[in-house]
Amino acid sequence: MGQQAEAILHETEAHDAHHEMSFWDKYIFSVDHKIIGFQYMFTGLIMAAIGGYFAYAFRMQLAWPGEEVPFYGLVDAAKYNMLVTNHGTIMIFWVAMPVLIAAFGNWLIPLMIGCDDMVFPRLNRLSYQIFLVSALVLILSFFVTGGGFGGAWTSYPPLSAVAAYNLTNWGASLWLLAVFLEIVAFLLGGINFVTTTMNARAPGMGMMDIPIVVWMINIAVILFMASVGPLVAGAVMLFFDQRLGTSFFIPSGGGDPLLWEHLFWFFGHPEVYVVLLPTMGIVAEIITVFSRKKLFGYRTILYTAFGTGGLSFIVWAHHQFVAGIDPRMANVFVVTTILISIPIAEMLFSFIATLYGGSIEFSTPMLWALGFLVSFLIGGVTGIYLGASALDVYFHDSYFVIAHFHYTFFPITIIGMFAAITYWFPKMFGRMMDETLNKIHFWGTFIPFNGLFLPLFLVGMAGQHRRIADFTQYPDLASPDLQSIRIFATVSLVILLLFQFVFIYNFFNSMFKGKKAPLNPWKANTLEWTVSSPPPHGNFAELPTIYRGPYEYSVPGREEDYWPQHLAPNQ
Amino acid sequence: MSLQGPIATHRMRTGIPTGRLAVWWGLASEIFIFGGLIMCFLLFKFNNAPGFEDADMTSTAAGAFNTFVLLTSSLSIVLAHAAAEKGDIQASFRYIWFTIGGGLVFLLVKTYEYSSKIYGGITLTENVFWSFYFTATGLHALHVIGGMVIMGMISFDVRKNHNLQRVELIGLYWHFVDIVWIFLFPILYIANF
Repeated sequence: MGQQAEAILHETEAHDAHHEMSFWDKYIFSVDHKIIGFQYMFTGLIMAAIGGYFAYAFRMQLAWPGEEVPFYGLVDAAKYNMLVTNHGTIMIFWVAMPVLIAAFGNWLIPLMIGCDDMVFPRLNRLSYQIFLVSALVLILSFFVTGGGFGGAWTSYPPLSAVAAYNLTNWGASLWLLAVFLEIVAFLLGGINFVTTTMNARAPGMGMMDIPIVVWMINIAVILFMASVGPLVAGAVMLFFDQRLGTSFFIPSGGGDPLLWEHLFWFFGHPEVYVVLLPTMGIVAEIITVFSRKKLFGYRTILYTAFGTGGLSFIVWAHHQFVAGIDPRMANVFVVTTILISIPIAEMLFSFIATLYGGSIEFSTPMLWALGFLVSFLIGGVTGIYLGASALDVYFHDSYFVIAHFHYTFFPITIIGMFAAITYWFPKMFGRMMDETLNKIHFWGTFIPFNGLFLPLFLVGMAGQHRRIADFTQYPDLASPDLQSIRIFATVSLVILLLFQFVFIYNFFNSMFKGKKAPLNPWKANTLEWTVSSPPPHGNFAELPTIYRGPYEYSVPGREEDYWPQHLAPNQ
Repeated sequence: MSLQGPIATHRMRTGIPTGRLAVWWGLASEIFIFGGLIMCFLLFKFNNAPGFEDADMTSTAAGAFNTFVLLTSSLSIVLAHAAAEKGDIQASFRYIWFTIGGGLVFLLVKTYEYSSKIYGGITLTENVFWSFYFTATGLHALHVIGGMVIMGMISFDVRKNHNLQRVELIGLYWHFVDIVWIFLFPILYIANF
């Protein structure tokens, strides 16, 4: 379509948008990508609060076993299992994915590629509605007879398949249904994201002019599509095992429980990169803006993302080194697992090279981005230990794994989320966040995060198993030394959680009373900063044309140190 | 071109219409779902799991007939698309309903097969082979039903000369359903390989 036709089309659109919309049409049943992004974000944040509350309850039990937990009550073994299972499930499926991919994907993709909405706005709305139903089904599962599912977020059969074993007849099935619906929601959303990015880019925006974060979200979505299919099939099979009496995964009926592990981890490992890549993209945007330098190795970062994506499909069995797989097979997976650290390390080096020699400004988003680099590095390096099968035999299912996992996923999900929120807040709500409170929140999260998970490496190396609700029954593990480490970790968690109230206050206070934000407070190049804050329905007053890549900072011979993508070369 | 929806929907950077691109991505993700299911079946089979010799008991004739019906219906949806391209909406409407008829015959044969097995005492829980048989063909049948419903909706649009491009989109989907069956037929019906 020619630009003139687009302009005419846009005018008719703009007129339609000026109708007064009711609250319901505007915020609940909206087809506007920004509102849907907010819906995903707020649902994700509420789920994060639930997930954090669960973590609080079971960490308190570990620190002071058998004592009543304030604001929760007694945590018995069954409740403990339910809490850890749903903490994991919620944080992955209902926090990391909706916030990092769906919320920021929805919010950023049309704005950053310069178009007025997603290509399928109603499909987008349907995606959120299915997601909301999935969250409600999960919450419902906590209240049915027998309580929520307690068979770990990996849901290994036969424990998860037989009600007589897991003792959560309906909890287990509702959990599975919720995960299934969540996957459907993301498949629908994902098709929309990829199609939008491929087809709806502004005139002039070539493949290599797309901001890295948009690339990363798209690569993540494609990884998700390609990895989740077998798990969908597996979820149907497991559901039949639970409800219809089949034996796909139950050995007594001729089934194979190991098969589920393969299906789950064939999804589960690429899933790590599904949530990692969007955060890498967010960090790339922030680091370039706040070091006023061109992103080092745009193409290299892209190719390493492709490499990571490809490799992520052949590493899954490193989760199963002690599950009875052939040791010769394990060797293959050791090699691929350790190989995958190369592209990821390369990506991190690109970021460090971007920082090198830049005029760094330590604003809050930058602090979060740097915090991500530091802590994800620890997560990545400890992953090498677990990827080596010989060491994994000892570390498997210990708190070393827990610590490693949280040193990857906490930076990805929580730090990545705060980096993105503090960075795009001025555009989202048209107001600035309070910088002092933001910094207090950063340090109040970052320090206790390390206080929480660094000690878990120690208890893990001492042999503490991950699925035990009460260590007092195990004399070796109940020693005062280990117990004091557990208490230290729990106290760190409580401090971390308390500091989130600073964020909540700052978030809502700034949303309504913050200083009015200028159009482009960070002096960034990407297109979302050219529209008014918050952007209206339809985004751009005049759809932009693109003249250059997104990272032209400190270009020699230019008066200003940034060069927005939409400015014509003579401007 | 209709001026409905956002401008984004009408942009075409890849040269592929947005609808077709989305259907391809949707089918790509479906491939992994059925692919996963079929891989699981094959893993059991190649590990000589007991019960898989029961593939002898499925009716190869019924399966072959259904293959023929489904392939024919794929031809008719292509003809519907060709007619829509030429603007012959009456012929397109007829061919779409011929395709829906094919789906219906397929489902009737399937119902006959299911009921004869179930009355013969073989259900979902008989053994892992039959669990796969009912799960895989059931999931496939759901796709057939879904396709027929959407096709019905599209056919009335076509008669009003609306959204003719959707004939092609449902055709792509229908071919996919067909191809899934081409995989299911040999592994479930043509006895032990």
